[in-house]
Amino acid sequence: MAGKPKLHYTKGRGKMESIRWLLAAAGVEFEEEFIETKEDLEKLRNDGVLMFQQVPMVEIDGMKMVQTRAILSYIAAKYNLYGKDLKERAWIDMYVEGTTDLMGMIMYLPFQPADTKEKNLALIIERATTRYFPVYEKALKDHGQDYLVGNKLSWADIHLLEAILMTEECKPDVLSAFPLLQAFKGRISNIPTIKKFLQPGSQRKPPTDEKFVAIVRKIFNI
Amino acid sequence: MSGKPKLHYCNARGRMETIRWLLAAAGVEFEESFLETKDDLTKLQKDGSLLFQQVPMVEIDGMKMVQSRAIANYIATKYNLYGKDLKERALIDMYVEAIIDLNELLMTHTFQPADKKEQHLATIVDKATNRYFPAFEKVLKDHGQDFLVGNKFSRADVQLLETLLMAEECKSDILAKFPLLQSFKARISNMPTMKKFLSPGSQRKPPLQEKDIPKLMKIFY
Repeated sequence: MAGKPKLHYTKGRGKMESIRWLLAAAGVEFEEEFIETKEDLEKLRNDGVLMFQQVPMVEIDGMKMVQTRAILSYIAAKYNLYGKDLKERAWIDMYVEGTTDLMGMIMYLPFQPADTKEKNLALIIERATTRYFPVYEKALKDHGQDYLVGNKLSWADIHLLEAILMTEECKPDVLSAFPLLQAFKGRISNIPTIKKFLQPGSQRKPPTDEKFVAIVRKIFNI
Repeated sequence: MSGKPKLHYCNARGRMETIRWLLAAAGVEFEESFLETKDDLTKLQKDGSLLFQQVPMVEIDGMKMVQSRAIANYIATKYNLYGKDLKERALIDMYVEAIIDLNELLMTHTFQPADKKEQHLATIVDKATNRYFPAFEKVLKDHGQDFLVGNKFSRADVQLLETLLMAEECKSDILAKFPLLQSFKARISNMPTMKKFLSPGSQRKPPLQEKDIPKLMKIFY
């Protein structure tokens, strides 16, 4: 009997947040076990449950899966969020890699030295508005459909919504030049499972603040 | 008619090398168009050929694919190097992502400033011999099979071989404590398409040398 997936990570967003989004969007209930101290991480390592001594780790379908992209690909495929064939999969992969790069920049921002923050934030906004968002705006414009790939909700849509919301936390009006992305945001946010995830009380995690950065540094020794 | 895949990148390993390995492993002939100057990159960007203004880009099956993982996933699936079902795919993905992490460490070694090189090498050796190699040695030991997943040749085997060889370029005896990885390396290297790719005259690229770095930097920065 499979049971609910169980997520092992800190209480923060980090590399686990995209996994939470995808499970939530697929309507899959999941449990979480939080790493709060260095000792919690050591215990997982000593138990031999982390193949490469790292988290995220997700217990799912009898596996102890590690590596964020491996976990995301598995969930996407299992819950029919990965397109209908190889070509749709190719487009979903390309789009997701783009949003991964953008979110990766934002994820590291709180961990960077205070005197580089302003410059890094400016770079994030520049990349978002000149490299990434134009691509998704154009994709939606070219086919005129509601979803990025194959006229059906996929991992690419969920990941893009996550990226949009994270970028808006950096700069609230960052979508001002992207009308189709604004409509996309409204539309995808209203999908029942996603709407639920966006409400207070869900397992969505808040942005990382300075206090949490200190905790993370202690746990991972960074 | 599709024709051969065409790879757009500089004449170096970088983020295109794994794609070269996978195509070669699948026995797929491919062409290459090398970026030599910044103008070459700018031209591709202005053409609208690069979805996110970046290379690698591979023209394949009517698409201009970008993002090395997306390209690798497509090639692996198309040429049956990605397992037989979702669970095998999951294992392959886990192994491949870890291999990519180690690969990134190895790739950045040449770019380290002189005063950081020794410490960086120590980090590579530590991660390789304490984190990654033991995990793969154990996989091979536990199932006793020739290939990492599903008793069949997959991208995981190709990418692990690529990385084992790169690690040995950093430290020639780095596999000393890993007998199963040593025999894995020999076995996979001897497969016909791999043997061909490892022979002189193939499209495999040599290790990056410090003297090549300025030219590369000029293209991208």
